[in-house]
Parts: sequence; structure tokens; C-alpha cells
Amino acid sequence: MGVLNRKDLLFIGLLAALVLIVLPMALEPFRLNLVGKYLTYGFVALGLVLCWGDAGILSLGQGVFFGLGGYCMAMYLKLEASTPEATKIQSTPGIPDFMDWNQITELPLFWQPFHSLALTLIAIPLVPALLALVVGFAMFKRRVGGTYFAIITQAIAAILTILIIGQQGYTGGVNGITDLRTLHGWDIRTDHAHTVLYFVNAGLLIGCLLLGQYVRRSKLGRILVAMRDKEDRVRFSGYAVADFKIFVFCFAAALAGIGGAMFTLQVGFMSPSFVGIVPSIEMVIYCAVGGRTSLLGAIYGALAVNWARTTLSEAFPELWLLALGSLFILVVVAFPDGLAGIYRKTFDPMLDRLLPWLRRRPSVHGPAVLPAQPIASAE
Amino acid sequence: MASNTDHLLAVEGLTVSFDGFRAVDDLSFYLDRGEIRVVIGPNGAGKTTVLDLICGRTQATAGSIRFEGAELTRMKEHQIVRAGVGRKFQTPSIYEDLTVFENLELSFPRGRSVFGALAFRRDSEVSGQVEEMARSMFLQDHLDRPAGILSHGQKQWLEIGMLLIQDPALLMLDEPVAGMSVSERAKTAELLRRIIQRRSVLVIEHDMGFVESIADKVMVLHQGRVISEGSIAHVKADRRVVDVYLGH
Repeated sequence: MGVLNRKDLLFIGLLAALVLIVLPMALEPFRLNLVGKYLTYGFVALGLVLCWGDAGILSLGQGVFFGLGGYCMAMYLKLEASTPEATKIQSTPGIPDFMDWNQITELPLFWQPFHSLALTLIAIPLVPALLALVVGFAMFKRRVGGTYFAIITQAIAAILTILIIGQQGYTGGVNGITDLRTLHGWDIRTDHAHTVLYFVNAGLLIGCLLLGQYVRRSKLGRILVAMRDKEDRVRFSGYAVADFKIFVFCFAAALAGIGGAMFTLQVGFMSPSFVGIVPSIEMVIYCAVGGRTSLLGAIYGALAVNWARTTLSEAFPELWLLALGSLFILVVVAFPDGLAGIYRKTFDPMLDRLLPWLRRRPSVHGPAVLPAQPIASAE
Repeated sequence: MASNTDHLLAVEGLTVSFDGFRAVDDLSFYLDRGEIRVVIGPNGAGKTTVLDLICGRTQATAGSIRFEGAELTRMKEHQIVRAGVGRKFQTPSIYEDLTVFENLELSFPRGRSVFGALAFRRDSEVSGQVEEMARSMFLQDHLDRPAGILSHGQKQWLEIGMLLIQDPALLMLDEPVAGMSVSERAKTAELLRRIIQRRSVLVIEHDMGFVESIADKVMVLHQGRVISEGSIAHVKADRRVVDVYLGH
């Protein structure tokens, strides 16, 4: 049983060609930077496929983890931009400008680790995963799930936003952390840097896609699907169900954190408007539109919805929220499996006819089909 | 009387109340190794609750359940399973979206921790045991099919197979032949006789023909208490059993 069959290779290859070759050649740097920003939401959508699509755990608070990863990166960049020389007009030179404005005279302890790039890179996936661990432990060990869990994650998103805005001396408040300049001495504001960051981001995303695919094709992936359908049977087959839920929630959080950090690098700032309830729900919509049971679908969903947002809000800014809402209702009512579902129903059988060599070899007992597909209906 | 450790399962003074209603009331019984015990009784007698208590799905209000020297009332569900207690639910409880092979594979007792499951590899030992189990459950031709399309009887067998592959010392079956055809019932009875050689089985069943064909000992529950226990002939002759359950 391989992790990738021929068809997976073909479609991952197509995605790689699109984001690594076609888009960079077709788009001017400004547009490419926008696509890079859209792709950072792809990390969140990947995590949601495993967490929501496979394991059935709907989190309406992924913005929290995206934001934490983004803030970790922003804190590092801000410290680098706040050298004593650059901030010598402040009453306390060497600390971020917004701290000085808020009469803070010393760098808070929790900012200290972000002097180090290595610690920052570790913190980006780890801080979100640790919060997910605490939340997951408190919820799943007590068997809180379903709607209750979704509401609690939503509440956490609200709490974190309020906390960031309220503690503006420590966090930059509602403006966020702005005026970021260099990453380890390298200016991130130039077109060239944006292009390099775009490729780093796209490469990381494909790496995370492969990692997600590995998890899904492992026995753990099948346990997640089994848990979604028959939680008690899994429990009474000797598995500690809560541990698996905690794992997948932490995994999704770590992915979201990586996306957030890449967002900060490419957009040049991080603010609470990417953390709260609305962005968290939008992230779920990206995943739903792309297809919550397909990793590739989730990435295309993030790309498509964000592209539509930019296009629509350039033309009719007031229509965007309405359009997004209608899109979500349409997907839920008419295409529950999103773009990936449409592909599976119409194009996949066509592809099998046209290119028979692509069809999966008749594996002995292979779970060659993505686990969450409603395979029963194919009979 | 022999000490508790001689029995595979020793249930003593087991009580559970739901809002003051005693679903199981000061219940005690002992199960020997290799014994098939059938639990019968009218609806609401507490039969399924007893199984729920043993496998940890319901917390006991009082009493003890000792299994091979371990106190089950203090253990979590998955620990009880790992200690060697398998439970089949009343309605077939299988993973409909996964294939028959995957259903059995997930039940194979290896890689049960998060990281164990990530590192799990399907080797020849796993495949061999899964295929052998499928053969015993008359499912060898359905390994690659999604379990959701099996017939009701096949789903019941699959779930029994999923329990057996865990190699439990105690197997608890809640109405294993409910909804099965006559020939399927006969096949299941034969199956159970074959698999129980090395383990103890606790079965809830209403079908008296089936009960007679498999039981060593029958235990009759009524209002959370044992009202009669013994061979099937003994129980059938018991006046109280006839009154509350078997009818005249």
C-alpha cells in the first residue's frame, strides 16, 4: 500500500505545476503576492479536511491558530525592526514602537524568545498546537463534541480577539503588529522578496499536503473516519478515542500556524482581524467549497474563494459578504462535497475511461479510495 | 465456595440507578473460563445495562466487577478492551465506509496508540489473520467491498469477527442473531460453538431455539435481579421464569 497512487501523483503534479510554474509566469508580482496570501489559507483548509472532513470535528476557531502562528512570526520581525538605532527617538529605545506609545518601558517576558529565529520557527507550529492540546484535552476527554465543540472554538476565537485588542501595549491592539521590515536581515518588502516568499510558501504547502496525505493513508487516517461514523465501536475496539481527536486537532492547529506565519511574511503585518469569528468561519467555507474530504480540493477552495473575493470586492465591495453567504448555502444544499465532489461524480469516471492506465491497480485489499468517499454509493 | 480468582469474571453486588430507578439491583454472578452463559429476561430487565456496566460504557453506582484479577469498574473503556473484554452491540456496529478488510484490520490489536497507528504497517501477519478471520466469518469473498453493502447477517458476522480478531478472553454479544434468517442463525450457532473453545461468552438472546442450541448455563434477569440461574431445563421449569418471561 503506497501513500500515493498514480492518480494522486498526477493531481499533485498538476497542482505543483499550477502554483510553481503557471501562476508565477502568468501573473505580475502584485497579483502573485495576492495568490501567495490565498495559499496561506490553504494550510488551514488542509487541517480542516483531516479534522472536520475525516474526523467530523468542526472547529469554528481555526483563525485562532492561524493568528497565533502569524503573531509568532510578526513578533520576531517586529523585534528585528526595533533595533535601538531604528527606535532611538522613543522614550525607551529598542522595544517595539506600540509598546513605547503605551508607556511600556521593558520588553515583556513572553516576547523574549522571539529574538531568536530558531525559537520563532519552532514556536510557529508549536504554540498553536499547544493551545489545541489544552483545548482538546479539556473538551475531548470530557466527551464534548459536535455543536458544543464548535461553539466553544468560536468563543475562543472571540476571547483571543478581545484579549489582543485589549492588551494593546503587549500586542499592538487593533492595529496589530505593523511596519515589519526584515527577516534575519533580508528585506521582505521588495518584489523580489515577495516572489521568493511565494515559492517558499507554495513549496511548504505542497509539503504539508504530502504530510496530510501520509496521515490520511496511515491506519490513523482510517481510525479518524471510523470514529466519525461509529465512535463507540472504535472505543470498544481498544482505542482511546479522545487521544486521536486531540492529535488531529493539534495537527490542524499546527498547519494553520504555519499558514499564519507565511501570511505575515507575505502581507507584511498581522492584526486581530485575521483571528476572530468571521475569518474563522470563512476558513471553514474555503474547505467546504473545495470539498471537505479532499486535501487538493481544500487548497483549490481556498484559492477560488479568495480569488472571487478579490475580484468581487474590487468591482462591488458591498456585495462580497452576501456572495460568500450565498456560496456557502449553495455548497451545503447542492454540493455537500464541494468542488472535489463535483469532480468525483463527473470527471473522475470520464478520466478513468480516457486514461485507463491511470486507474489504480487492483490492489489486494487496498484502501486506494480516499477513506471518506461515500464508496457505498458507487456500487 | 471457591475464591473469586478462580472465575474469569466475578460480578458482586453490582448496582446502578438512573435517577433513583435501579436498572441493575445488587446483581452477583460468576462466569467460568470456557463457559457460554446466556442472559434472558423481559424487556427492561437490565440485560443490556449489565453488558454496558462490564465494558465500562455505564458507571456502576455500587458493586464490583473483577475480571482476571482486575477491577473493571475503575478502568476506562479502552483499557477494559485491552484487558480482554470484547463487546458486540445490538445493532451491527461496523464502519460502513471502510472495506471488510479495513474493518477487521482496525480491530487487530496492534498500533492502538496515536503514534502506533501512524507507524502501523500492513504486514503478512496482519493480512494473514484478517483473511483467516474473514474465512471463519464466511466473508472471504467480500474483503475488498465496503462493509456498508453487506447484508444484515453478514454485518453481524463481521462485527463478531472484529471482536474475535482482538482475541478477547470474554466475549459479550447483545442479540447476535436478531434479524437473521433461519439458516444464518444455524450458521451463527455453529460459529459460536467453534470460537468459544478458548474463551468465555456472555450472550443476550431472545430466540429460545438459539439459546438451547448454545447455552451451558442460562441466567434470567427481571427488574435488575437474577431470578433464576442454571441449566436450560432447570430454568424452563422454574415457576417464576414462566410467570415473568416464558409465559404459559
